[in-house]
Parts: sequence; structure tokens; C-alpha cells
Amino acid sequence: MNKVLVANRGEIACRIIRSCRALDLRTVAVYSEADAHALHVTQADEAHPIGPSPARESYLRASRILDAAKASGADAIHPGYGFLSENAEFAEAVQASGLCWIGPSPRSIRAMGDKERARVMARDAGVPVLPGSARFDAGAPERIEAAGQEVGYPLLVKATAGGGGIGMRRVDAPDTLREAVEATQSMATKAFGDGTIYLERYIERARHVEMQVFGFGKGVAVHLYERDCSIQRRYQKIIEESPAPGLPAPVRQRMADAAKRLCWEQGYEGAGTMEFVVDADTFEFYFLEMNTRIQVEHPVTEMNTGRDLVAMQIDHARGALAAMDQSEIAASGHAIECRIYAENPARNFLPSPGRLECFSLPEAGNDLRIDTGFRAGDQITHFYDPMIAKVIAHDTTRQGAIDRMLRALDAVDIEGPATNVAFLRATVDHPEFRAGRVFTGFVERFKNELVRA
Amino acid sequence: MATIELKTDITGSVWKVLKQVGDAIEEEEPLLIMESMKMEVPVVSPEAGVVREVLVMEGETVSDGTVVARVEV
Repeated sequence: MNKVLVANRGEIACRIIRSCRALDLRTVAVYSEADAHALHVTQADEAHPIGPSPARESYLRASRILDAAKASGADAIHPGYGFLSENAEFAEAVQASGLCWIGPSPRSIRAMGDKERARVMARDAGVPVLPGSARFDAGAPERIEAAGQEVGYPLLVKATAGGGGIGMRRVDAPDTLREAVEATQSMATKAFGDGTIYLERYIERARHVEMQVFGFGKGVAVHLYERDCSIQRRYQKIIEESPAPGLPAPVRQRMADAAKRLCWEQGYEGAGTMEFVVDADTFEFYFLEMNTRIQVEHPVTEMNTGRDLVAMQIDHARGALAAMDQSEIAASGHAIECRIYAENPARNFLPSPGRLECFSLPEAGNDLRIDTGFRAGDQITHFYDPMIAKVIAHDTTRQGAIDRMLRALDAVDIEGPATNVAFLRATVDHPEFRAGRVFTGFVERFKNELVRA
Repeated sequence: MATIELKTDITGSVWKVLKQVGDAIEEEEPLLIMESMKMEVPVVSPEAGVVREVLVMEGETVSDGTVVARVEV
């Protein structure tokens, strides 16, 4: 491997280029029209245009990316996250063109991309999954009531075609199940043209905890500890940390073992993340899904373990990484990441594109990492996601990491787009966050204290 | 009879136009859906009425505060 094409943009493209450079690999950037002068373009050794600004006409066009690889003489492709990173057909096409795919096998991507299949594989590997029912078309109320008993209450009626919280209804007792099912089916038929629903156990106070894994193929995998990603808005993570506050050590161990078993089961190769929903009161955990790519929040793990996950991905793909033993992976201290977004918390986190008239970030160091893909004067365009930068603070203790984060956020100066910086600051400094009592409903619950109009 | 203007409150591109001129629209029903930063944001009619003008096309980039349609209520 000599030259890596980075099939992404923004901070993750810059981050991948950094690891390539450290490994003495040449880099190729690709860019849409909107990104012609973007930071990742200037950082790569060469750059190739791949089409108009909308992602579906550029960063999601597999053929254009493969053409750019051919034209540049790249011999490997790193997909980053989002875009084509979990597209099994793309991974296959990369390999079929004789290029090295820096990611898990297309087989793993496909298996884990199918939520139902992933659940079955998890169950087979002895990983607990959230009790759920089969899928139901409209009608068949008797079977639905039996399924409700089996799943247990409280439960959620979910539209198969829904997502992001749309098409969900909570049911607390059997007598209101039928009504909720009919309402959800009718709504889903109108909104998605598909009235199929299923039932799933509802967890009153849930946490989102995920386990970073790295697989070396058959029967060999290590975990790199967990990340708690419970602080979310609009079902998207905004603050992540490790270790998960208050998570009992035996629970962490069981979760890590479960994650590794699911890797072994599929001969998983490379970096991956097992997402679990955890009951904040009982610490029971259930498999949600597996992400077969590098995650946005991977720096949290890198700060604690001192490992470079992207370099590990590259080295594994080129056969230069010896299989690791769990005893080689150690983590120390506490790391927290805040995602700075161009959005307006006071307007329900509505996106706020615009030019970075002023863009000043604190200086990075041993205890502070900043990942961004922008400079002052750059445009945060409406074509892509609204993330401006990630700020990652590390300290020996959680309180210390929080204090370091607050100092860092105080030093952020952004003018142009509206941002969530003040909101992030208020969240990290909230007494309930300080006390480690995080749960996925945190933002909704404390909204009035966190958002200043 | 009065005509009201529907404005987009985000900058983005017009993803889907759901109503045509002459269509009836209900209160809080979306007339079109904007797409911005991977988020879909509907432009809804605050009152029931009839669509009189649609001023944007699918795929068009529209900035915050632009009038995208007029509805007779």
C-alpha cells in the first residue's frame, strides 16, 4: 500500500489523512463542488473532483470515487463514516477493482446492516437482545395481544418503515395495545406507504453504551472499552465519554465479552462498534446494532487507550498489524467529547448553515484534542451534516475532564452560523451530568435549564 | 378570504413538493419538505386553505425566510 484515497470530507477526512501521513502513505482527497477549497482538499497530496454539491451526486457516487482512485493511482480506499462506509456493494466494487478496502469484509457489513439478521446473530452468539415481536401487517389483533404479553410492558409499537422517533407509540398496559397498534398502522400507511409494525420492550430510563472492538478474523478480537453516548438530541449523539459513569465493572466485562463473541461469530475484521441500550436503573443491557466502521466518537477511546484506531485499520488492511491480545489494551483516565454543531438549540436544534466569519478554537495538547475540517472563512453548507468540530478533553478523573472541557468550550469563538456551544457547556456543567446520571432523555428532561432563548 | 405566505425557516434545498396549485391543504399539513444538513424539515400551512402559488421547485436552494408558497385561507 502506497497511496490511500479518502472517500469522505470534513473532519474525518482530515483525521484519516493525518494517520496516513504518520504511516508514510500518500493521500488522495475527493471533493464535491461545494468542497473545492475545503481543508481536507488542501491537506491531501492530491485531490480529485467527483461532482456537484449534493452528496448523492458526489460522495455517494461509487463510480466517481472508483474513477478518482484509478486516475490517481491510489491502491487503497478508506471510507470514513457515513456516506459509503457501510455500503457492502461499494466495498465489493473497491475489492473487485483490485484496490484494498480499509474496513470490514462486505459480508460483515451486509450481515450487520440488516437489523433483523444482526439481532438473530447476536442472539445466537449469546448476546442479550431487546425483547421484540415479529412484524405485523394490518389486522390480526389476537396475535398482537399475545405478542404484547410475550414482549412485556411497557412496550413501544414501532413502524417498520419509521425511524428517528417517527412512528412510535408507547403502551403501558394490555388494554390500550390494540388502539395504539391501529393508530400506528394507520399513520405508517399514510406516511410511509407501509403499515407494518412490531412491538419492542420500552426502557423507562435508558442509556446508550457502546463497545469499541477490533477484530482480527476468526476467533480473535479485542475490545477497547466502552463509550457512553446517552446525551443525544433528535436521536443523535452530541456528548460521548469513557468510561461510562457508574457502570459496574462486572457489567462492563459482560458487555465486552458479548461484543467479542459477536465478532468471533462472524470472523469480524477491523474496527467496529457494538451498540447497547442499558437500563439506567438495573444495568441490564441489550444489543441494538453493530456499526461496521470508524465512529465519529472514536477519539474518546484513543485518548484513553493511546491507540490510533485509524492507523490500526490501515495496518490491518495491509496485513501489517499482528493480532493483539486483550492484555495489550489498557485504558487510563476519563475522556469526554463534545460535538460542536451549526444548529440553534433555541429553535429545536434546527440546522443553521453559514460562513464562519470568526472561527477560533482552543489550542490542543496532551489533555485536549480538536478535530475539525474547517478554517475561518469556510462555509458550513446545507448540503452536509452540521458538525463543525469535535472537542475531546482528557483527565485522570471525570470531574477533571469536565473542568478541562468547560475551559476548552469557553475558549471557542465562532461567529456566523448559530452553534450549540453554550448548550454543550450548560449540559456538561449540569449537576445531574456532573453526578453521572446520564440517560437518553436527558436533553428533553432538562431542556429549560440547558437552552437559553 | 385572505392569502397567507409560507416561509422556510431554514436554508436548504427543496426536497419534495407535496402540494400543487389548486390542492386543498389542512391546518398543520406540510406543503413541502426542505432538506438541510441531513435533516428533513417540513414547511406546514398554519391554517386550512387552498394552495394558490408554489414558488420553488424540487432541488432548488432556498435561503432562510424565503416565501415558498401562498395559501388562500
